Amino acid sequence: MWLTSKIKQVLMVMKPGVVTLNYPEQPAPAPKNFRGAPVWDHHKCIGCGGCSDHCPSRCILTRDVCQELRVMLYDGSRCTYCGRCADICPEDAITMSNSFQMACENKEDITTRLELFMMTCQRCGRCYEMENTNSIDRIDLKGFRYDNLEQRAMIRKTTENFSLEVLAETEHYERPSK
Amino acid sequence: MLKNLCKKAFAKSIWVYHCNTGACNGCDIEILNILTPFYDVERFGIKLVASPRHADAMLISGAVTRPTLPLVKRAYDAIPDPKLVFAIGSCATGGGAWFDTYNVTGGADKVIPVNYYIPGCPPRPESILYGVALALGLVEKEVAPVELKQMEFPIDMYERNEAWEKRNVIYELVK
Repeated sequence: MWLTSKIKQVLMVMKPGVVTLNYPEQPAPAPKNFRGAPVWDHHKCIGCGGCSDHCPSRCILTRDVCQELRVMLYDGSRCTYCGRCADICPEDAITMSNSFQMACENKEDITTRLELFMMTCQRCGRCYEMENTNSIDRIDLKGFRYDNLEQRAMIRKTTENFSLEVLAETEHYERPSK
Repeated sequence: MLKNLCKKAFAKSIWVYHCNTGACNGCDIEILNILTPFYDVERFGIKLVASPRHADAMLISGAVTRPTLPLVKRAYDAIPDPKLVFAIGSCATGGGAWFDTYNVTGGADKVIPVNYYIPGCPPRPESILYGVALALGLVEKEVAPVELKQMEFPIDMYERNEAWEKRNVIYELVK
C-alpha cells in the first residue's frame, strides 16, 4: 500500500516537471507594464519641476545653481517607483523603464543628475512666471527653454491680463518716500 | 574588494536572518517568495534561519522605526562576524516616503552598516536574487550614477546683442 502511494507521489511530482527559474544564468525580463527605474530624456525636459512637486517620497530635487542653470537630482534610493513623475511630465521626458536589476553597494549608483539651461523671465528674473497664485494653475506651466523661439518672443507677456500701459507706468515705480 | 572578501568569508552556504523593522509586509512577502520552488534560492545554499546567532547575513526590510531601533542593533550585534547586511526595499535603502518622519530613522544605513542595497517598492523576487548573486560574485553590477547635460550651450555670448535686437523687433510688432 505504501509503495503505491509513493509511486503516485513520484508521478504527481513528475507531471509539472522542473519549475525553477534559472535566473542569474538566464535573463528574466520584467513584464511590459512593470514600472522599473525612471529614465530621463534631457533633450525633452523643460525643467518645469512638476515631477519634483508630485513625487510622494520627494526623491526628485530641483536646485537652481545660478540664474540660468537648473540642476535636477534624482535620488533613487528612496524612490517608490509609483510612476507619478512620468504621468505628470508635460513633455513625456520621463519614462518608466523595465530594468529592475538595481542592487548596488553604494547609494550614489542609483542617482541621476540633470543639468538644464534655463531662460529667465525678463520682468521678474525668475525661471517661471509665478503670478498665477493658484497652485493648480501652476501645474500647467511650462518653463521657458532658451532655444524655444516661440516662447522667446512671448516671454515678456507673462499673463493674459498683461498690458503694456501698466508696465510702462509701473516700470520705474518707486515707493513713496517721506 | 568586498566581492573577494565575500568569496573568501562566505565560501559555503549563507544562512540569512530576516529582520522586519516596520515594513508594510510587501518586501517580506517577496523575501518569502524567493524561498519558494519557483525562485528556489536554496540553489545557492541560502537558508532562512530564525535566530540571528545562526545567521551569516541579515535581510532588513522597512524603514527602521523608533520602537524597533534598539532591537535591530541587538540583532545585528548577535550575528557572528563576518556578517553581511542587505537592505531590501525602498524603505530600508533610503527611508521611502517616510524618510524624514518623526518616528522613523530613515533607512537602515543610519543604524547599522549596510553592504548591499536592493531598491524597489517592493523589489521583484528576481531583484532580490540579483542582489544576492551580486554579493556572491555571480553577476556584474549594472547600475552607475547617471549625469545628463544639455550639449548645446545656449547662452550665446557673442550673438547676445543681436538676439536682444531681434527680440525688441518682435516686441514692437506686438505693440
